[in-house]
Amino acid sequence: MSTAFKWIMAIMIAMTIAACQPKPKPTEPAPVTETVKQVVTEAALDASDYTDARNFDNPQSLLSKRIVYFDYDKSTVRPEYRGIVSAHSAYTAAHSSARVTLEGHADERGSREYNLGLGERRGNAVMGLMSAQGSRGNQLNVVSYGEERPVCRVSDDTCWGQNRRVEIVYTAR
Amino acid sequence: MTVNRNVKKLLTFLLVLLAAPLAQAQLQIEIISGNASALPIAIVPFNWEEASPPPVDSVDQIVSNDLYRSGLFKPLNRDDIIEFPHEEADIRFGTWRLLKSDYIVIGKVRDAPGGSGHELIYQLFDVHTQELLLSQITTVGEGDLRFGAHRVADAIYEALTGIPGAFATRIAYITSVGLGTDQRYELVVADADGYGPQSVVGSPEPLLSPAWSPDGRKLAYVSFEKGNSAIYMQDVATGARELVSSGKGINGAPAFSPDGKRMALTLSRSGNPEIYVRDMDTGRETQLTQHWAIDTEANWSPDGRTIYFTSDRGGKPQIYSIPASGGSPERVTLSGDYNARANISPDGKKLAVAQGKGNEYRIALWDFASARFTVLTPGKLDESPSFAPNGSMVLYATREGARGVLAAVSADGNVRQKLVLSEGDVREPAWSPVIR
Repeated sequence: MSTAFKWIMAIMIAMTIAACQPKPKPTEPAPVTETVKQVVTEAALDASDYTDARNFDNPQSLLSKRIVYFDYDKSTVRPEYRGIVSAHSAYTAAHSSARVTLEGHADERGSREYNLGLGERRGNAVMGLMSAQGSRGNQLNVVSYGEERPVCRVSDDTCWGQNRRVEIVYTAR
Repeated sequence: MTVNRNVKKLLTFLLVLLAAPLAQAQLQIEIISGNASALPIAIVPFNWEEASPPPVDSVDQIVSNDLYRSGLFKPLNRDDIIEFPHEEADIRFGTWRLLKSDYIVIGKVRDAPGGSGHELIYQLFDVHTQELLLSQITTVGEGDLRFGAHRVADAIYEALTGIPGAFATRIAYITSVGLGTDQRYELVVADADGYGPQSVVGSPEPLLSPAWSPDGRKLAYVSFEKGNSAIYMQDVATGARELVSSGKGINGAPAFSPDGKRMALTLSRSGNPEIYVRDMDTGRETQLTQHWAIDTEANWSPDGRTIYFTSDRGGKPQIYSIPASGGSPERVTLSGDYNARANISPDGKKLAVAQGKGNEYRIALWDFASARFTVLTPGKLDESPSFAPNGSMVLYATREGARGVLAAVSADGNVRQKLVLSEGDVREPAWSPVIR
């Protein structure tokens, strides 16, 4: 069973349990025990709580974004992607069992083996940032695919921009 | 993910076993630009004197196609041949002068004496002087008639140009079909004319960087089948393969030394890509470069003393050299924004590189003596240059629309040809050494 599928199942079960809780009448003060249960099961989803795994599937949360894009022949994480990297740093820092593979990619220009090096350099750049923000070394792993796994196959700037990326892939959450 | 991984592993395993012929995948070759000074030559159909029926592709046609592809010859059209001499005494040179052929080749094919196989007996004449330039018998095994024909073309090429031919050789290349999860990669070996492609290995994960052993029997390559780059070495005939390197980080860019005893490779276990030299007997690896930059794509000089490699230690990728026994790297290419993946000519005098300028990448030749580049190709995304073992042509990867195709260009840039596969991408060609 895939990790993603397990999580979806877990969330669905949690939601079913939540739906089964008796709703207290607004006029009557609920018993204390009931209130505690409600807090546990119906906690509002805070999109900026990057330790909350539910945010992986919340489009409002940076945790749902798992691709960092790069400039041509560069491996600097641009300012607009630092937030995404920080979100995943926070999650991995809070969940010591979480494991992440940083898949580095390059666009098709230039030689393939050099691009393998470039993909790795990009993966390392993201790993460096994450480590500096609390992720542990044993949680992170870099694999470079160079230009071998493009997401877009047109030879133009837009497409090249989509291919120059690091994908943050959770192998365990 | 585990189920998926296991299925992938199983698939990979099965595909490794299936070194099957690729029926639909043959490369088609067309000449893009020819040479105005090509030599007119008549290849008279060889007389078939074997007991078994003749093959569909006649020996003379294979010889004729080889010579045509080189761009240096203009073989007489088969339909224009009206006399069919097989012996010197039967040649009427006046006829061939009228047909404007400068040279004529006659020959026959017989069963090899005392067993299976073929004997190709042929002669080459100068039509004007009527001089016999070449008279030879080439003997090949039962299934090697095409190979025999390529050797005939090699001998004619050498007799008339002074350079050994490279027709009886093979090419390795990578194909990729499909997108995303349906993507399939194959490492394919075919004759140098694109005939008889055989899948050496197939995988749903990327394959790249095929490199021939100097005896032409083995191929080293990079495979992602284990989830990260790893270097394998495989016997082309038997399919037997061994894992060479699968450490942490990049395992890439394998290159056999000219004596076959060592292999240069790129490993990033130190944190960034460095060139190592591995002793193939002991497995001992010696680190050759030491720099925070990307150092990769090692290529050995023909004498085995120097290794050329790509490094961006100066800011942009350029070609550097380093003694194979260790020492200080020196920059080689002194002009151009981006020079990568060097492939040295067999005489050691030139380096073919992929040269980038803005968004355009072309094959350029660096001449050591003049310290200058000559741009050989007009493409937009040309890469992976690989010299023919006689130095006459450079095979490379280019684009046709969104598709990857192979092309070859003569070392003087005058003749170009395209090798097109029926579907999918073709790339990363590697021209084999001369097969003896």
